Amino acid sequence: MSPAELVLDPFLDYGFMRRALVGCVAIALGSGPLGVFLIQRRMSLMGDAMAHAILPGAAVGFLVAGLSLFAMTLGGAIAGLTVALLAGLVSRATPLREDASFAAFYLVSLGLGVLLVSLKGSNVDLLRVLFGSVLALDDAAILLVASVTTATLVLLAALYRVLVAECLDPGFLKAVGGGGGVVHLVFLSLVVMNLVGGFQALGTLMVVGLMMLPAAAARFWAASLPGQMAVAVLVGVGAGLAGLLASFHAHFAASPAIILSAGAAYGLSILLGPEGGLLAGLVRRPHLAR
Amino acid sequence: MRLQPPTSAAGLVRHHLLALGLAAGLAAAAAPAFAADGHPLKVVASFSILGDMVKEIAGDAAELTVLVGPDGDAHVYEPTPSDAKALGEADLLVVNGLGFEAFMPRLVEAAGFKGRTVVASTGVTPREWEGEEEAGHASAAAPDHAEAGHEGEAGHAAHEEHDHGAHDPHAWQDLGNGETYVENIVAALAVADPAHAAQYERNGAAYVADLAALDARLKKTFAAIPAERRKVVTSHDAFGYFGAAYGIEFIAPQGVSTDAEASAGDVARIIEQIRDEHITAVFVENITDPRLLDRIAAETGAKVGGELYSDALSKADGPAPTYVKMFEHNASALAAAMSGS
Repeated sequence: MSPAELVLDPFLDYGFMRRALVGCVAIALGSGPLGVFLIQRRMSLMGDAMAHAILPGAAVGFLVAGLSLFAMTLGGAIAGLTVALLAGLVSRATPLREDASFAAFYLVSLGLGVLLVSLKGSNVDLLRVLFGSVLALDDAAILLVASVTTATLVLLAALYRVLVAECLDPGFLKAVGGGGGVVHLVFLSLVVMNLVGGFQALGTLMVVGLMMLPAAAARFWAASLPGQMAVAVLVGVGAGLAGLLASFHAHFAASPAIILSAGAAYGLSILLGPEGGLLAGLVRRPHLAR
Repeated sequence: MRLQPPTSAAGLVRHHLLALGLAAGLAAAAAPAFAADGHPLKVVASFSILGDMVKEIAGDAAELTVLVGPDGDAHVYEPTPSDAKALGEADLLVVNGLGFEAFMPRLVEAAGFKGRTVVASTGVTPREWEGEEEAGHASAAAPDHAEAGHEGEAGHAAHEEHDHGAHDPHAWQDLGNGETYVENIVAALAVADPAHAAQYERNGAAYVADLAALDARLKKTFAAIPAERRKVVTSHDAFGYFGAAYGIEFIAPQGVSTDAEASAGDVARIIEQIRDEHITAVFVENITDPRLLDRIAAETGAKVGGELYSDALSKADGPAPTYVKMFEHNASALAAAMSGS
């Protein structure tokens, strides 16, 4: 089998592979740029916290309506947005820092979710449901992911300048009367919606990997924000492709294979990236010594 | 590997040993006869199917608690404090064995359970996980093996190998094994509660007769379907015994337990197999995620034949609230899908 066949045949022969790839591309397109912003704002772990906040909402949706895309998405979105809103309000109204209030609210959400699930007393393998299955994307799930991605890209484009200003200098934005608080909430809502959309494919926790790992890798390849976003999207798409192929040829479980591919890209970027990568540092050192 | 299915001979042997030996031993040790001092026998069953068997046999004579209820997955079950409380107060614990209840050793210890444990699958010939397809083919050729197996040896190999997960634990998916289960439970109930022993044995005998009649009826139903059509895809490997008993080949995408996640390669292999062998029906189970099978069905044009009940009964208003009804439901769904009606 030629290399081209190894890469192309799985997607030509099997509809589920094409769907999985479409889902990964859509997630990478929306989540990559958001991840870059999260890193700029030193909120890298926020995605993880939000994913934990969404999980109980989706679980409750599942318990109420069964395996319904709508109920699980709605439940996850409500839980995630509530946590984001409350944490944002508390951090702006009180001296408690944002990371601390996020931690507090997502832990409450998680506790509440587990309590509700155990009250209902079902033992169906909820984790499997919440961990999504990228190999089983149906039309509704793909449409959901694609819609979220479209909305994300449009809003990011529209709010780009304000977002950058708020990232780099929140004080300046306040001084010129910009709506920093509102923009911040819109941004957090986008993070929540991307995680909610992505959990159908990769699961609530794995989707964070496709948000943060490509963004972290991109940091080593481009200095500018738009450059980093472009690299993050490329790394995300590449990780999706590589992970699915690994799952196809080597029989690895699909979503961890995708996340580990992104992790491998991150590892290579640390070593080889021209913007602060280890190898670039070694090459430059004699230059500085001169 | 042994292709002979489990027989009830071992169960009968054990029954008599228990009834004679243990009863005498108990009397000598002057152990309390539970039902005699007023409170009914407290029985804990590990999951819904065993619970239904105990209910059929004991009726109102025993107070029954079922740990993993309807639609619950015992593979991944996490016990609750109320389970521990029920078990701590119980006189008799009924488990499947064959490594099915992974949570049980910890729970027994935590609950301080002092009563007796009956392993319902004792005497059943366990199936190995490997070489399932060969087993399916072989038994398709010889669907009358259960009668032949009645004078089989008592399966002492089963005892040695109970502890590790090398065997397929879903032994109740063969009604012949179900009869053994019932006999084991009857014997244990009779020893634990001698005052009601006659009642347990009477109910048990009637129940075994029902199961045997259903078993014979199903064998006839499936034998009438051409062998090359007796192939279906299910969402997890729980039907090895069913397939061996009734000559049906089950193909499962998710490996041996609900814990294993399917890879893209596995899914592709199953799609190939469905296409190559012209398999017409795909079934989902009540305890697993149906999305992957829906996808496979959509991709191959096979139809989704409905929901099968493997490791748990349905709720009382569902199609499979008892062991017997579960078997009837599964069998009619399978037969309908395979005969293409």
